[in-house]
Order: sequence, then structure tokens, then C-alpha cells
Amino acid sequence: MMKKFNLSLSALLLALFLLSPSALLASGKALRVAIIAPSAQNDLAFTQSIVDGINAIKKDRDIELAITDGTFVVEDAAAAIRDYAKKGYDLVIAHGSQYGGSLKEIAPDFPDTAFAWGTSADTFGLPNVSSYEAASDQGGYVMGVMAAAMSKKGGVGVIGPIEVGDAKLYVDGFVMGAKAQNPKIRAKVNYIGSFSDVALAAEAARAHMAAGADVLTGTAQMVVGAIGAARAKRVAWFGTQANQTELAPEIVVASQVYKWEVILKKIIADMDNGVKGGKMYDINLANNGIVIEFNDAYKLDPAVKEAGMKAIAGIKDGSIVTSHK
Amino acid sequence: MMMSDSFAVMIIVATIASGIRLATPFLLASLGEALGQRSGVLNLGVDGVMLLGAFGAYYTVLQSNNLYYGLLVGIAIGLLIGVFYAFITLNLQAEQGVSGIGIYLFGLGMSDLLFQKFVGTPRPILPFMPLDIPVLSGLPVVGEMLFQHSIIVYIAFGLVPVMSFVLYRTTYGLNIRAIGENPEAADSLGVSVMATRYSAIIIGNGLAGLAGAALAIELGIFQQNLTNAMGFIAIALVYFGAWSPKGVMIGSLVFGLVQAIVLQCKTFGVIPRSASDLAAMAPAIITILALVVVAKRFKQPSALTKPYVRGG
Repeated sequence: MMKKFNLSLSALLLALFLLSPSALLASGKALRVAIIAPSAQNDLAFTQSIVDGINAIKKDRDIELAITDGTFVVEDAAAAIRDYAKKGYDLVIAHGSQYGGSLKEIAPDFPDTAFAWGTSADTFGLPNVSSYEAASDQGGYVMGVMAAAMSKKGGVGVIGPIEVGDAKLYVDGFVMGAKAQNPKIRAKVNYIGSFSDVALAAEAARAHMAAGADVLTGTAQMVVGAIGAARAKRVAWFGTQANQTELAPEIVVASQVYKWEVILKKIIADMDNGVKGGKMYDINLANNGIVIEFNDAYKLDPAVKEAGMKAIAGIKDGSIVTSHK
Repeated sequence: MMMSDSFAVMIIVATIASGIRLATPFLLASLGEALGQRSGVLNLGVDGVMLLGAFGAYYTVLQSNNLYYGLLVGIAIGLLIGVFYAFITLNLQAEQGVSGIGIYLFGLGMSDLLFQKFVGTPRPILPFMPLDIPVLSGLPVVGEMLFQHSIIVYIAFGLVPVMSFVLYRTTYGLNIRAIGENPEAADSLGVSVMATRYSAIIIGNGLAGLAGAALAIELGIFQQNLTNAMGFIAIALVYFGAWSPKGVMIGSLVFGLVQAIVLQCKTFGVIPRSASDLAAMAPAIITILALVVVAKRFKQPSALTKPYVRGG
């Protein structure tokens, strides 16, 4: 009787172990990850940054990756999120602040699926939703310091999409850094009201230049147009989200690059331990989730670079506090 | 903020020049759409044609470094799609609204697929440089405002009198207008409704392809959904312009200039950041208001969207 009970208990424990997500993840079975993102996966900006992040992890971990990019229509993204969850993907990443509402509705229907979304700090109180943010204001601050140090006309210009999320953080950080370096700097900001209007972004850059800006920056995928306009006038550009040097090697000074792998590793480690969500993660300069990559081909004044490096050190040691919590 | 007079003039000049540049792709696309609509055929697929024209032009320039080849390829792609669209709307008599949306979705998806397949990461191309027109480009104020644009801008605005002449001063233009109003009557007078509509659709799509090519080459880049629904605004501008080349030019200029003024106001903080997103809607709101006025004063071509069947 006792022997039969022990056998049954062992079988039950074995079955529970085999069926548990952590066991599945640790058993060598490929982790199935899906990314849903608003622009192209190689946009040299927001979407590429998360794809690069997963690809960086793939070196150490067996991952089956599926990507649905270009879902600038939120309803399309919602359909893709639900579809991946239905197909049993282990981790579904909704990479866009605009997807929050959809995720809040979909995630409770799939309690066994881990969802992550960003950039946001909100997990909606759901146990299977994680959120992630980039302290892009920190990199923005560093860029702002260098831009103000470089500007000969005393004017810098910023092109933003819509004043939300990661874009707002970056823009605010940039302006803060520029004014910290030179309180008299004219730091003008133009939110064009779109993440995808390349032509309008180009004209916003021209408007800044006409207004006397000789250093520019911008965030989101539509800045490729602004970079082109800056390139035509040989006006210096600071990039963000991904390394934008190859778009205009003559003018890109440096780029703030997101290393999402830093937090993706943590999310996956938590999943291994059975935690599917309820946590907020962020990348920043201190955890090397944000790095400043300089364009070696750009002849940057060493004093300007020095000012940037000092700002990085100050943010890391806490002597400089940007707006990020 | 106080500005010196010379700085204020400089900003006004830059704003008007910006408005003209922004208006150019709208103008090319809406001229083409106006031609098709005057013949009685609605094409909601303009944006898709623009996207394919934009990719074709971009890829051609990337491979050949020749901007003019790019423009020609953009036009050729538009012409080809025009043949296809004419076949499905005229021969197969497909519902024009639905088939136009089909063309749009095809262009949106196919341009991105081709871009991902053949290019991948956005790579810049050298854009058209502003023309240096002897004497005119050097004129104070007016020179920078009107005579320091790329050749595409002059092609677009030059097409306005050309199309006006064709539409109002030639037999071909008379035929187009006639079949757009009363195809039965035109047919009874010996005008080939099918051939005339075919040609109007093909030329109209060619202009949409050119509009896309102009956009990609002006920006020196291509990316997914580059047009950002410009084609749909171009269709609205045809109604705004009451189906006349001069009208769509005015509509395009108003739209472009309002966009440029809003941008400039945001740059100088005249529009507070809190109202930034609201201000971005200004061009669309003005277009809608104008459409309301136009709808009351002008009548669309009577046969618009109606398939023609002889004796039907």
C-alpha cells in the first residue's frame, strides 16, 4: 500500500515538474519569444533595439523568435499579441507604449503566458505582465551636455514624435543637459505629432536650422528624415535608441544605444523561477542597459567628449540626477 | 520673444519654402487622382501606388546613383499599376472603393516586403540638390522662397498649367470631362469611354508613382509606410480643389503651408507643448472645413464611381 502510494506520489511530482514552466524553460527546450513592434525590425531606432536585445541573448540561450513588426495600427498589434499567446509562446513582448490598453485586456485570458511591454512602468496589477522602461533621459542629458558644448551659434534643436513615454524622457533629459552645460543655450523642442511622418520630421529639422540651431537630435523612427535634412546642411546630429551612425557618418556624433538584453535576461531568469510578471524593469547607464556609442569617424573636440564622459560618470555615481526616478 | 525684422523675414521665407516642399508630393498625387476622377473613376489606392513608386525610385537610386532613373522607375511602376487598376475597374467592373483599398494594402505590404528583402536597414541615398537658377536663385527673399528648390518641385508645379491646358483646351481633355459627366452621351458621339478612362487611370497612377518617387528622393531615404497616408490626403485635396488642377494646387499649398506654419510656431514656442498634438491636426481640420464649403458649391463628376456598360 505504502509502496503504491510512494510510486503515485513520485509520478505526480514528476508530472508536475515536467509541466511546470520553469522546468520547461530549464529543460533545454527552446524558449518561444514573440515581439510585436510598431515599426520595421531594422529601423535603426526603437524596434531594432528590442530585436537586437533578444538576438544578443540568443548567443547564450536557445530561443525561438517570432517577430511581427510594422504594427502601427494598434488593433493589428492586439490581434498579433493574442495570436502568439494562443500559439503558446512563453514570452510575448508588446514593444510600444500604445499597446498597453490591448495588453491589459488580453493578458488575463492567458495566465500561463508571460507578457512584457514597454516603455512603461505599469503592470496593471496583473501577475503575468511585466513592464520595462529606458532611462533615456540619462543618455539624453549626456547628449544635451555635448550638444551645448559643441554649439557655436548657441542653439540646439530637438525633434520629437508625441510627448509621451521614452521620447518625452529623452527630450526632457536632452534639454536639461544642454541647459546644465550652458544656461544661455536656446534649446528648442518640436514635437511633430507623429511617430511615422518622415517628411514632417525633415521639415522640423529645417525649421530648427533656420531658427539658428547648429546641433540637432531627435527620437523615434521618423527621424531618418530629419537626419537627411541635417546631413544636407552638415549639421551635427546626436542619435538615440540605436546607433544611427550609418545613416549619416559625416554628422552623427554619438548615439544613445539601448541594450534591452540587460532586462530581458532578468525577465527570462524570473520566468525560470516561475515569476511571469508583476515586476517593472529598467535600463540605465549604471546597469549598462544604456550605453553611449561615439562615431569614431566624427572629429569630435576632445573637450566636448570630456564633458560627455563627465556627465556619464556623474549620472552613474548619483551626483547628477536627471528626471528619471 | 522679440525678433529682429531681418530674422523675422528669414523665418517667413523659410516657412513658405517649407510649405512648398511639403505640398509637392500632395500636388503630384492629387493631380493624378483629379484626372482619374474627372473621367469618372475613383482610386483609393493612391497611397499604395505612391509607396511602390517610392520604393522603386529609392532602390533604383541606391543601385545606380542616378536620381533621374529613380524618377523614371517611380513613374513606370505607377503606369503599370494603372494598367492593372484600369483592368479590374473597367474590364472586370470591380467596385472602385474596395479595389482601391486593395491596391493600397498591396502597395503598403509589397513595398515593405521588397524593402526588407532587398535593402533591410535604411540606407541613405543622395537626394536632389536645390537648383541654382541664374539670377532668380540669388534674388533677395523671393530667391530663397521660390527659386531654390529641387527640380521635383518645379516639375510638380509646372504640371498644373500643363494639365489645365490638356483638360480645358484639348479634345482629349473634353472627352475626359464628358465621360466623367455623361458617358452614355459621350459614347453616342463616338468617344471611346473605355480607352479614355484607361488612359486617364494610367496617367493618374503614373503621377502617383512620381509623387512617391519624389518623396523618397527628396528625403533621401525609404522606410516602411514612408508616405504616412499622404495618398488619402491627396484624394481629399481633389475634392478640396473641386477637381481642377488649379484648385488641387491651391489645396496642396494650403495643406503644406499650414503644416509648415504649425511646425515653425512649435519651434518658436508660439504653440505651447501642451497643445502640440492638437496643433498637428490643424492641416486636417482646415481641409475638412474646406471640403464642407466645396461640397456645397461644387458638384463632383456625375459618373464618378459608376461603371459604364454600353446599353446597360
